[in-house]
Amino acid sequence: MVIPAQTLRHTFLRHNKKFPHVWCPGCGNGIIMAALLRAIYRLDVSKDDIVLASGIGCSGRMPTYLDFNTLHTTHGRALTFATGVKLARPSLNVVAIMGDGDATAIGGNHFIHAARRNLNLTAIIINNSIYGMTGGQYSPTTPFGARSTTSVYGHIEHDFSIAELAVTAGASFVARATVYHAELMDRLIEQAIRKRGFAVVEVISNCHVQYGRRNNLGGAVEMIRRFKEQAVHVDRAEKMSAEELRGKITIGVLTDRELPISTEEYKKVRERARAARGGKV
Amino acid sequence: MSEPEQTPGRQLLQGNEAVVHGALAAGCRFFAGYPITPASEIAEHLSVLLPAVDGTFIQMEDEIASIGAVIGASLAGVKAMTATSGPGFSLMQENLGFACVAEVPCVIVNVMRGGPSTGLPTSPAQGDVQMARWGTHGDHPIVVLAVSSVLDSFSITVKAFNISEKYRVPVILLSDEVVAHTREAVRLPGRDEVKVMDRIRPSMPPDWYRPYEGDNRGVPPMAAFGDGYRHHVTGLIHDEHGYPTQNRKEIEGFHERMAGKIRRGFADIQMTRGFHTRDAEVLVIAYGSVARSALRAVEEARRQGMRAGLLQLITLFPFPRATVTPLLKQCRAVLVPEMNMGQISREVQRVNQCDCRVVKHNRVDGEFITPMEITRVLLKL
Ligand SMILES: Cc1ncc(C[n+]2csc(CCOP(=O)(O)OP(=O)(O)O)c2C)c(N)n1
Ligand code: SF4
Ligand SMILES: [Mg+2]
Repeated sequence: MVIPAQTLRHTFLRHNKKFPHVWCPGCGNGIIMAALLRAIYRLDVSKDDIVLASGIGCSGRMPTYLDFNTLHTTHGRALTFATGVKLARPSLNVVAIMGDGDATAIGGNHFIHAARRNLNLTAIIINNSIYGMTGGQYSPTTPFGARSTTSVYGHIEHDFSIAELAVTAGASFVARATVYHAELMDRLIEQAIRKRGFAVVEVISNCHVQYGRRNNLGGAVEMIRRFKEQAVHVDRAEKMSAEELRGKITIGVLTDRELPISTEEYKKVRERARAARGGKV
Repeated sequence: MSEPEQTPGRQLLQGNEAVVHGALAAGCRFFAGYPITPASEIAEHLSVLLPAVDGTFIQMEDEIASIGAVIGASLAGVKAMTATSGPGFSLMQENLGFACVAEVPCVIVNVMRGGPSTGLPTSPAQGDVQMARWGTHGDHPIVVLAVSSVLDSFSITVKAFNISEKYRVPVILLSDEVVAHTREAVRLPGRDEVKVMDRIRPSMPPDWYRPYEGDNRGVPPMAAFGDGYRHHVTGLIHDEHGYPTQNRKEIEGFHERMAGKIRRGFADIQMTRGFHTRDAEVLVIAYGSVARSALRAVEEARRQGMRAGLLQLITLFPFPRATVTPLLKQCRAVLVPEMNMGQISREVQRVNQCDCRVVKHNRVDGEFITPMEITRVLLKL
């Protein structure tokens, strides 16, 4: 089903918010925002029942433009606020949108514990391999050897895989897409929101302004084209050797499993507490 | 949500337990925290009691996450609290500023222990008073209350929630190791004796709702996420719609409303208790557990013929200058005993407009300030 862009605009953008947005022309954030909106459109839930929480960074500005219950929190902490919202009102669909630095540097502790805790939350991580908003400093996903404004002589640390981290930490659902694979991305986001349990979608995105430029990767078009070339669908990746997968981006659903959900488990705690205390506190 | 039932009659309770009962009586139904001495009992008891009244308890991965979850829960319409001590309170400061700016009601209990750093984990102190006021960056409205007894720990916790809800401001409740761990026989007020205030919800249709437009008190009505009043909440300085602004007039208006809503509430927020102050020539100003030693000392000084009085501060910030200043005019000297290097005595100095002598008495050795100690200093004034 093709959803006309106009429908998305008219349904989900805030009419009283003064555009233009803060993002650079060609930034992957816009592609991801549209994919998120297509996913939500297909979910067919009331806008009143959606909470979109973000941290700080270019990615963090997304909720400002969207007509949901929106929460622009502090750097790295989106998942902690989202946890409170979800526990206090479990009927809400809570989606956290974060940058790579946001989710895995300053917010890394919250990220792994949110995955372990397995609340029924969705996390979308925009991985552009850099701190975009603050001017291109290296992040936990900046590759070895890359140049950033704080690694002008070449980066000497190793990056880690956000999706694999989420799998290891215990998330129920983990998927990856790139901004080239816009349709795959919206399907994965839809699946993630539908999933009961902590669901993560890592989206490989282009920050041509702060990252591409310094690493001779060209502009937005060149960077996005490269994602297309690097991407390997998970079905095919399973048959490839580590050597063959070097420099590739595995896309698709990496993990989808059924685990106890702490929001559900807490209902049982309430029953036990009520039985134990007979209404007395 | 179901109502908790109060056990009638007297009971032997710790300060920390009384905070728990006060919170439940005030309608708190969400707690997120991280263990730390001497505050852990608050979390432990709430983990038992909250689920029994359809509330939620969660132990988070750290204090940053704890206050984040508390803010999230409050935005979803549930009264929420966290409890910690110095090291954890330090970690909370950034998100505390968020709660101030986004005007999210919540209560943060800090059971003070000796600092700085890991300090003296099991010793009493009052070293976090100025941090409670100024710990988060930037000018911000905040309310800081101090408890001195087990009964206070109940009733001032209720007040903390009420102020927080009424003014949409985070309230810091300062307890200390002595109050927290002392057991006293108390009769907690029954359900109908406790006055509970809730945030004002919007009554206009959702299309008309401006989430950050103050009412005549400067406090905006607060919709919960999921109530149909979709709106934006941010830590950026924002306009009446909640959207980030760079407009100088809007920025100024924002700060003015923030400060104004608390200023207009001074008479309501600033709580003190006077003992023998009417004819006092020498005054003691004290708060927290030290106020109890101070009362004994004042009574002893009176027995020995000195016209001494005590002003116990319950509200530390906004500093209750309307009560303090006239007493400074009346008295020739004021003694401020504190388990820190002089964090409230500097406030007393600041509002001292006459030649009342301000005398500090400070302890930072992890020992409690005794009545005898205060009496000794007092009698020399
Ligand atoms: C506590 C704190 N430290 C530092 C910052 C400054 N800061 C703002 S955004 C950002 C990094 C953003 O990078 P990322 O999360 O990857 O998001 P992007 O801008 O790339 O979307 C930093 C360090 C901050 N806002 N708060
Ligand atoms: S700096 Fe990078 S991430 Fe930020 S808006 Fe520009 S292109 Fe996008
Ligand atoms: Mg980034």
